Amino acid sequence: MATRVLMPQLGESVVEGTVTKWLKQKGDLVQEMEPLLEVNTDKVDTEIPSPASGVLLEVLVPEGTTVQAGTVIAWIGEPGEDIPLAAHPPAQQPVPETPAVQTEQAAAPVEQRDLGSISPVVARMAREHQIDLTQVKGSGQGGRITKKDLLAYLEEREKQVAAQPIWETPADGDLFRPTELIFPQTSSQPLAPTQPLSGRLVPFTPMRKAIAEHMIASKHTSAHVTTVMEADLSRVVAHRSAHLSEFAQQGAKLTYTAYFAAATIAALKAYPLVNSSFTPEGVLIHPQINLGIATSLGEEGLIVPVIRHADSLSLLGLARAINDLAQRARTRQLKPDEVKGGTFTITNHGVAGSLFATPIINQPQCAILGIGAIQKRVVVIEDEWGNEALAIRPMVYLSLTFDHRILDGAGADAFLAKVVEGLEKFSA
Amino acid sequence: MSEITLIEAIRQAMDEELARDERVFIVGEDVGKRGGVFRATQGLYEKYGPNRVIDSPLAELSIVGVGIGAALYGMRPICEIQFADFIHPAFNQIVNEAAKMCYRSNGEWTVPLVIRAPYGGGIGGGLYHSQSVEAFFTHVPGLKLVIPSNPADAKGLLKAAVRDPNPVLYLEPKKGYRLIKGEVPPGEYLVPLGQAKISRPGQDLTLITYGMTHYYALKAAQMVAAEGIETEVIDLRTLLPIDKETILQSVRKTARALIVHEDNRTGGYGAEIAALLAEEAFMDLDAPIKRLAGPDVPAVPFSHPMQDWFMPNAEKIAAAIRELAAF
Repeated sequence: MATRVLMPQLGESVVEGTVTKWLKQKGDLVQEMEPLLEVNTDKVDTEIPSPASGVLLEVLVPEGTTVQAGTVIAWIGEPGEDIPLAAHPPAQQPVPETPAVQTEQAAAPVEQRDLGSISPVVARMAREHQIDLTQVKGSGQGGRITKKDLLAYLEEREKQVAAQPIWETPADGDLFRPTELIFPQTSSQPLAPTQPLSGRLVPFTPMRKAIAEHMIASKHTSAHVTTVMEADLSRVVAHRSAHLSEFAQQGAKLTYTAYFAAATIAALKAYPLVNSSFTPEGVLIHPQINLGIATSLGEEGLIVPVIRHADSLSLLGLARAINDLAQRARTRQLKPDEVKGGTFTITNHGVAGSLFATPIINQPQCAILGIGAIQKRVVVIEDEWGNEALAIRPMVYLSLTFDHRILDGAGADAFLAKVVEGLEKFSA
Repeated sequence: MSEITLIEAIRQAMDEELARDERVFIVGEDVGKRGGVFRATQGLYEKYGPNRVIDSPLAELSIVGVGIGAALYGMRPICEIQFADFIHPAFNQIVNEAAKMCYRSNGEWTVPLVIRAPYGGGIGGGLYHSQSVEAFFTHVPGLKLVIPSNPADAKGLLKAAVRDPNPVLYLEPKKGYRLIKGEVPPGEYLVPLGQAKISRPGQDLTLITYGMTHYYALKAAQMVAAEGIETEVIDLRTLLPIDKETILQSVRKTARALIVHEDNRTGGYGAEIAALLAEEAFMDLDAPIKRLAGPDVPAVPFSHPMQDWFMPNAEKIAAAIRELAAF
């Protein structure tokens, strides 16, 4: 029976590949593991070995064509052998959303992965549901497979079975396997060292793990660019000292963060493109402003509670919302929904003395504003007649990290200039 | 319905039982004129008189011995041991007499006796006013052992204990006497002995506890919920007989178990739960069974920093939850 050749998935985030060169032509004899074609993914060329010995019966995907991982690209079999009837899908046949799991399951690799310790419930469930544990990704300590991982895997497997199109039914005989499974050493995935390194291993808290995943995912997703401006806070400082006690009487601690939030909201209204998310279809501009305020929880991590509909709040309302969310963030009393749905984030790294920073975007937002420490600095000021003088002013650096996929430098700078203007010309 | 304290719920239970059944009487040190050192029996001496609220000598052996004798004669005594630390002189009466009577008389004689005793530390009581004694007595078949964690349970369990035909040791978390408040159902009600309660449902792990540490466990569960860890909290309420079904059912679901008590670790009640889970839920476990318990030192220290070091609290429990959830 003929053997399919599938477009391999050459990395975890790689979902498609381009056939750059067929090293064998239709009718050529080929040995198992002999180089069969070259595939290009993300600017890297990889030689793909043949999954079986025989004759290259049919080439379905011509050179230069890009198809999704899991697509049948050729057939190998005995000379003159018929290709199964359903074996002529067009090269661009849509494949299910998650072809990765499918090809891996179909391929049933005999990868020698160290599974670490298997708990009783995992062992029992693997037996009851006939699960090959080498196929399950572990999320526990040191990559251990947990019961939850198995439940997630089973759920995914059930979805796959339901979604599997006819021509994806595994053929008998040797099946195509991605090279990373054939040569596990070349895998880019860090493997748990079999000889533990010396030192004290601090296990991840769920929060640390989530932060790590979000940060890396954001760096992988957006084209980060940071632009910096400075603002003279004379008016803000004057307004704040004049209103501190008035706000306190109304139960709000008037922080500088409230002023930065107010100026940011005004600028977001003027430049709605900054209050957006990148989607495959286009830039989604959000109708309301949900402002995230990054809040440090000390060594434990960082959380970003969100002020919903921040554009509807006065300075007093903002001050109250910021007090409340920060307080409850520190006492771990936020509700899960209160850290979701943000459309723009402010991070006040200046509280720790930092002058300016290059924050990482809080996905799926377009930009994040970093606020530096407020410092008295000597600046050159100019009066209305153009006379220059040196003055001591409370200054702050504002750094805006934005997604260059959505905004260009000019657009981002216009927005940031609007924030600066809002602070320098602040009036309640 | 308004909130009352734990000790008020206990007082109400005794008041109602004294009023309901004339066989019920209270005996203990300072329970009469003084109303008990914690005021658990306040007002009862005035209401029911010196024959039903009896001030005893400072002799725990005799308090329990009198209780056993009266119970055999058909009375329903409630013996108060002023601090659980002082129950040890009565150990022989409880273990050799009260617990064995029904068995050795082939069911002809029963000892319908309740022994109340405040237990636990965290109140600056030092070595002899802070002990947890449950593990000594959960080893004794023939006894029942109850530890409430909130006013509603405290009242319903104590009333059920008074009516139970067996000797019931009723240990009260004294730190919670006025700290733990809650509503109690109106009117007459009982909470059956031998039934645990899931006081907070969750998917990620099961926290099994009782008494004072249950109060901290709920706070800890709330803390970690903000980080996305859903803890199922079981309040055992009765330690003997143990409600196996509730424990097993929960752990079969969550696959992870954390046992918390204030009593010291080695040979503590948590060991029994751990053994139960190892024997009957082994194939459902996804992580080692964990215990958070008082350290193995001879007593709760008097020095405040040392007392804090000894006592479980919400932060320590939250840390243990995080560690187990991450396994």
